[in-house]
Amino acid sequence: MKELLIVIPAYNEEANVAQVIEAARALLPQADVLVVNDGSHDRTAQVAARAGAKVVSLPYNMGYGAALQTGYKYARENGYQVLAQIDADGQHDPAYISEMLALIARGEADVVIGSRFLVDSGYRAPLTRRIGMLLFGTIASWAMGQRVSDPTSGYQALNRRAFCYCANDVYPSDFADADVLIMLHRAGLRIREVAVKMRPSANKRSRYLNMYSFLTPAYYVFKMSLAVFVSLLRKRGGVEGGEEG
Amino acid sequence: MTPRQQIFALVASVALLVFIVEMVRRRRLREEYSWLWIAVGVTVFVLSVWFGLLQWLTHLIGAVVPVSTLFVFGILFLIVVNVYFSIKISTLTTQVKNLAQRLAIIDHYVEGLRRGEGEEALPKENTDE
Repeated sequence: MKELLIVIPAYNEEANVAQVIEAARALLPQADVLVVNDGSHDRTAQVAARAGAKVVSLPYNMGYGAALQTGYKYARENGYQVLAQIDADGQHDPAYISEMLALIARGEADVVIGSRFLVDSGYRAPLTRRIGMLLFGTIASWAMGQRVSDPTSGYQALNRRAFCYCANDVYPSDFADADVLIMLHRAGLRIREVAVKMRPSANKRSRYLNMYSFLTPAYYVFKMSLAVFVSLLRKRGGVEGGEEG
Repeated sequence: MTPRQQIFALVASVALLVFIVEMVRRRRLREEYSWLWIAVGVTVFVLSVWFGLLQWLTHLIGAVVPVSTLFVFGILFLIVVNVYFSIKISTLTTQVKNLAQRLAIIDHYVEGLRRGEGEEALPKENTDE
């Protein structure tokens, strides 16, 4: 039985991905590291493989959500019990993974989010992004009946129940944050937050970090509003069912 | 309706029907998408030989002249067709996404086998599901 899989979605991250993999492997030697190469044009896949990660290369760029979901599907198929996801740009310090996993191991949560805002971590996002995060954080908090301080954080840990649920067809392929949390909550999964510090991204080209300025913010707001709205309209779905995506 | 208009509508609808059937025959158009256009051809044909029906429809929806009835239904039809295609495209997008993810994962297994990892490269049969 395999235990922990660390999933790192990567798009054109040849400069940073190796360090992220090495840091994760050093801290969590028992874990397998899976890099989902999202159609990169550079040598991300080769660099990641040389750093000792398993590499799954998507045939074309499919978006952050679809890349993550590939990791969920891989974990489901290979019998992993827990999954941690971190970004490939070096923004997420893998040091917090153990703390996040401990919450899952104690059965206190199915999904643990690494939050930048639970305590003041010195993180300052651009204004437009802050407004978006505040807006959807408030909506998500209201819809879930619990405070969610950082719904856009890509730094998460999920147990098998949670990532198997995310491997189904309702998972979005572009942005995956507030709407997914609401969806998970309504599926009966427990979500907790852990305070983390994030480093500024080393790589300015990183699309996954800068996607909110890269893709039009207006589309993000529209998409997220609609997704949140319809996820509230949907029936509360159990985790069982839809196992095969 | 003047005979000239009537002839034009007849020719147009017959041409459309012939074109659609020909596309289906050459397998350029799949049967499940052809019914829509055959329905258009048949409707135009029926309306051009049976003007009374168009007049009745005009009266029914409260239009003043038959030509606006045609435009209203024409535009409605185009909207419906576009929504229908958007739904189809959404389905296809999901299917393509799933296929690409599947392909990428299987590719990973193949790569493992090629490196000589043997059974290790493959997922264990019957995990805990």
